[in-house]
Amino acid sequence: MTDPDAPRKETDSSYSQIRVLLPQHLRTLAQVQGELLVEVAAPATVRSILDALEARYPVLRGTIRDHVTLERRPFLRFFACEEDLSHDSPDTHLPDAVASGKEPLLIIGAIAGG
Amino acid sequence: MSQVRVLAGTRKGAFILTSDGKRNNWEVSGPHFAGWEIYHVKGSPADPNRLYASQSSGWFGQVIQTSNDGGQTWAPAGNQFTYKGVPGTHQWYDGTPHPWEFKRVWHLEPSHTDPETVYAGVEDAALFRSTDGGKTWEELEGLRQHSTGPHWQPGAGGMCLHTVLLDPSNPERIYIAISAAGAFRTDDGGLTWKPINKGLVSNFIPEPTAEVGHCVHHVVLHPARPQVLFMQKHWDVMRSDDAGESWHEVSGNLPTDFGFAIDVHAHEPETLYVVPIKSDSEHFPPEGKLRVYRSRTGGNEWEPLTKGLPQSDCYVNVLRDAMAVDRMDRCGIYFGTTGGQVYASPDAGDSWAPIVRDLPAVLSVEVQTLP
Repeated sequence: MTDPDAPRKETDSSYSQIRVLLPQHLRTLAQVQGELLVEVAAPATVRSILDALEARYPVLRGTIRDHVTLERRPFLRFFACEEDLSHDSPDTHLPDAVASGKEPLLIIGAIAGG
Repeated sequence: MSQVRVLAGTRKGAFILTSDGKRNNWEVSGPHFAGWEIYHVKGSPADPNRLYASQSSGWFGQVIQTSNDGGQTWAPAGNQFTYKGVPGTHQWYDGTPHPWEFKRVWHLEPSHTDPETVYAGVEDAALFRSTDGGKTWEELEGLRQHSTGPHWQPGAGGMCLHTVLLDPSNPERIYIAISAAGAFRTDDGGLTWKPINKGLVSNFIPEPTAEVGHCVHHVVLHPARPQVLFMQKHWDVMRSDDAGESWHEVSGNLPTDFGFAIDVHAHEPETLYVVPIKSDSEHFPPEGKLRVYRSRTGGNEWEPLTKGLPQSDCYVNVLRDAMAVDRMDRCGIYFGTTGGQVYASPDAGDSWAPIVRDLPAVLSVEVQTLP
């Protein structure tokens, strides 16, 4: 596990700065605003990003994926670069645009309910 | 002068309502955790400023929140509720086996003596305990692993463990109730459990007097007499004088004995309150009249309490955990409705007034009496 708060050289290509946008309720829960930046070892995957997110914000554990099985919660989806990544393996390498920080990983709640 | 703090859980957040001992003027704080379902908020009897809240969402799952200052500020605690061992199956609505799956915490019951210890009744039915202020949770698996467990079925609201009663005179004794398995008791601190449903008759199940399978809606006791239990069942108001070993019906002259909420007067162990609801298919008061019924005789003889409550065109429900009493000299009674009202009576039910009228649907009401 990398220390997300440890300083990195901008030229260190073994790490990626990933932009992540959480649903509003999870931003409130984690007490953050807007996009987050998390640092993960390259190549970035959904699993490595969620690992880093949960390490920095333990309150998010169990809210995006199950504590034990690590399965994505059913009413949440992962999108990036206008593609639905929800059903990809969590170990699939994310698109270069996400790994380079050009595009964010979007964690989106289903538009449903009252 | 004493202060009263009402803790209301709603479909879209928690609200804290405070008043002095007169209980005429109320301050409303909230919504806390806006947009989330708050199934239950309850304070520790050992430290009234320690509150526990169950915050949940179909999208994001379960969160537990705690407060150390009476609800002014909150911090998330642990939210990992993992069944011990291989969870196995219970019965689904159609009688087929269905795996046990954690969904949410319905009820939080803090210890009488230790602010760090709290019990959680969850759906799918199981009882968890934390002894570190909610940071970690451990299942008391003897309940779920009872030999009847594979035969338990959910009620319409899910297979929820919604009632947890800690016997104040015996720390080893706990009562719980599950929809629709029935009531259970442990006398060894949660290691082993026995169904306590003798005397219950549920004509809508294949074997009306079965050991388990009864849709118990809520159970209450008076702390001075914890072996006497009162139950609002799906249909029937029931009483046990022997710690649940046997039950008899005390519905008496109620206009309907279907309902969810039931409670006991703080100082009169034979004075009960229920809110009759028309039927299991029409979850609203009969005749559109919101009436609390009071019995001063431990059941059977009931009087309607209507002063200050709507007596026409009222079609709200009062859910099982949405009634509570304070411990002021003149006992106050409180209940919340699915229409978003929280009603209070500072005179043991003789008269009522809404504290608030327009909250989201109220799921639970608890009351703290503070020095």
